[in-house]
Amino acid sequence: MRLKRMIPLLAILALAVGLIAGCGKSGGSAGGLKVIKIATQSPLSGGSATLGEAIKNGAQLALDDQQKAFNKKGYKLVLSPYDDMGDPKKGVSNAQAISADNAVLAVVGHLNSGVAIPSSQVYQKNNLSMVSPAATATAVTDRELSTVNRVCARDDFQGPAGANYAIKTLGVKKIFIIQDKTPYGSGLAAAFRDEAKKLGATILGYEGITVGEKDFSGVVSKAAAAKPDLIYFGGVYAEGALIVKQARAQGLTIPVMGGDGMDSSTSVQIAGSGIKGVYYSTVVGDVTKTEKGRKFAAAYKAKFKKNVEGYSAYGYDSAAVLLEGISKAIDKNGGKLPTRQAVATAVRGIQDYDGIATKVAFDGKGDNKFAKIYIYKFDKAVYPATEQTEITKK
Amino acid sequence: MSQIIQLLPQVLVDGLTLGFVYAVVAIGYTMVYGILELINFAHGDIFMTGSFVGAGVLFTVMSMGFMSSAPTMVLFMIMILVAALITGVMGVGIERVAYRPLRKRNAPKLIALITSIGISFILEDAVRFIADWTTGNYIITTRPLFQHKFTIDFHSVFPFFNNATFQGSFLVVSIVTIIMLISLDLFVSKTKWGIAMRAVAQDRETASLMSINVNRVISVTFFIGSALGGATGVLFLIQYGTVDPYIGFILGIKAFTAAVLGGIGNIRGAMFGGILLGLLEMFAAANLSTITHGAMGSEYKDVFAFIILILVLIFKPEGLFGKATIEKV
Repeated sequence: MRLKRMIPLLAILALAVGLIAGCGKSGGSAGGLKVIKIATQSPLSGGSATLGEAIKNGAQLALDDQQKAFNKKGYKLVLSPYDDMGDPKKGVSNAQAISADNAVLAVVGHLNSGVAIPSSQVYQKNNLSMVSPAATATAVTDRELSTVNRVCARDDFQGPAGANYAIKTLGVKKIFIIQDKTPYGSGLAAAFRDEAKKLGATILGYEGITVGEKDFSGVVSKAAAAKPDLIYFGGVYAEGALIVKQARAQGLTIPVMGGDGMDSSTSVQIAGSGIKGVYYSTVVGDVTKTEKGRKFAAAYKAKFKKNVEGYSAYGYDSAAVLLEGISKAIDKNGGKLPTRQAVATAVRGIQDYDGIATKVAFDGKGDNKFAKIYIYKFDKAVYPATEQTEITKK
Repeated sequence: MSQIIQLLPQVLVDGLTLGFVYAVVAIGYTMVYGILELINFAHGDIFMTGSFVGAGVLFTVMSMGFMSSAPTMVLFMIMILVAALITGVMGVGIERVAYRPLRKRNAPKLIALITSIGISFILEDAVRFIADWTTGNYIITTRPLFQHKFTIDFHSVFPFFNNATFQGSFLVVSIVTIIMLISLDLFVSKTKWGIAMRAVAQDRETASLMSINVNRVISVTFFIGSALGGATGVLFLIQYGTVDPYIGFILGIKAFTAAVLGGIGNIRGAMFGGILLGLLEMFAAANLSTITHGAMGSEYKDVFAFIILILVLIFKPEGLFGKATIEKV
């Protein structure tokens, strides 16, 4: 009986709370400034949280740097971070929530190609411009969606660049390939395999593993029995570093090579001293080589009490490119808030952005013309690894 | 074929390591099921919590100057005992807070099952929160403890075998699990508490008429099952060196499968089922592509292992060691 009487009360309460919240929102202004939200979508939990957080923090710094310029125009920048958990379903439902929020003009994301691909369908429907700092799968831009861009290189460039380096510079002949069955991991591994075959290397095996497991000794002992010169891993550090560790435990001292998914300080934590002799190709260079980059690293450290990760600077550049696009769209619109469509067009039109990690100029598909691949090697069990060489797109 | 045989020793070593872990975790599922007919999905996360407690103990001991030079074995004993104690108490607590009230109100078994899934999520996120808060990263990596490398020279004795290489941790894991398995078996079959547990499993009402304190027996069961699970968590940490709050999920499901394979409710069956599943999985991971000529890679190892499970259950639905029981009314 008592419960029954509670229901109308609760309903009224809910209504009142909703009204108050609604009022707060509909104002949409803070201190006379109109709010522009930039959403980030990256995994803030789960196995690749280190990378996802780096993207979010990088974007936050970009917003902080541009805040004053936008305040002058009468806008206030707000970052609204979303956790896609590296899960396509979560990415899509976040994308719907983001699209429904009218203050959001652009999205920085995603880390994983597998999440970026379905989520970007939602962005496209809502004309919401997206710049990915890290989604390298070819399908991300090959669908030629007008809103989808990326500042990093493509897999079909990263894999071959790794194969080139392994065969021409390291001189390996027999290769064993392991991949993690995700679009990212298997795409990278397949691109590597095809190029390695073309260059005359023998592929001794092509095996898959399951993300989230910890014991890969079965695959590792198979690799050890095949006696390769190099193991290539297409996947992310949570599994890759364990494979390295378990390979070293079985007495395999050969070099292991991976893609940009291995580019994390956690790799070193997990594999320990076994990480020595591990190479990885990555789409981000060592930011601390340039003066601009060192300043960025210092600012990052000061704000977040963490060292820069590989993707921090790309997170920054992605957000900065979007902000430049928005700023152009605002100017074009005579200082008024532009439509999402206008922002997307302005972002795609960017040809001369000079960022922390990379220059950016988008081609017709949304790929960055200046994207480069860098090869790194762990000489000591310390992150970051040492940059060996950089390979530019032909 | 020759390649499969060559790999056999290494597969055996790796498969046993994984199998032992499955076996002990499977016991936790099977004991609770035997007594309450409840699939305690939170058990996988008790295992995970154990590994984090172990890591926590290791970090604390290492930070105390005078203990950092303690022999590894002592360190390990402290880790495993503390983890077992804490997870054991946790198991009892979970039973008291979440399952006993349901039992008192005669809630359907499905409700208890859903509750256990809820607890599993709570544990995962609580551990993640604490780990993230104290260390800044919830993937915890410890320094390797038993790193000595052994090679069994199969090759010189049997030329068709390759050598098997393993680390000291493998020995530790095997010896500790074997001790745990044997002492549990003795406990259940020989002691008064063990007999009481079996009586409650057989018929709770009749057992209570025979002056057995059913609630206390259930608490003891949860304590032992969870303590074993937590201790296995420490073994897992020792073996793989890195843990995250989500290891309990996949491993828990596989251990549960092992318990079903051995005949749920049967402790020896769970031991056997766990070891069998570990070996099958490792065998499939190493050899599947050789067997199928590259059509299926090692990523299909779980499919292979579970097909065998389905086959076993088709022909022996009660599991390998289970007794066919008539549905209780």
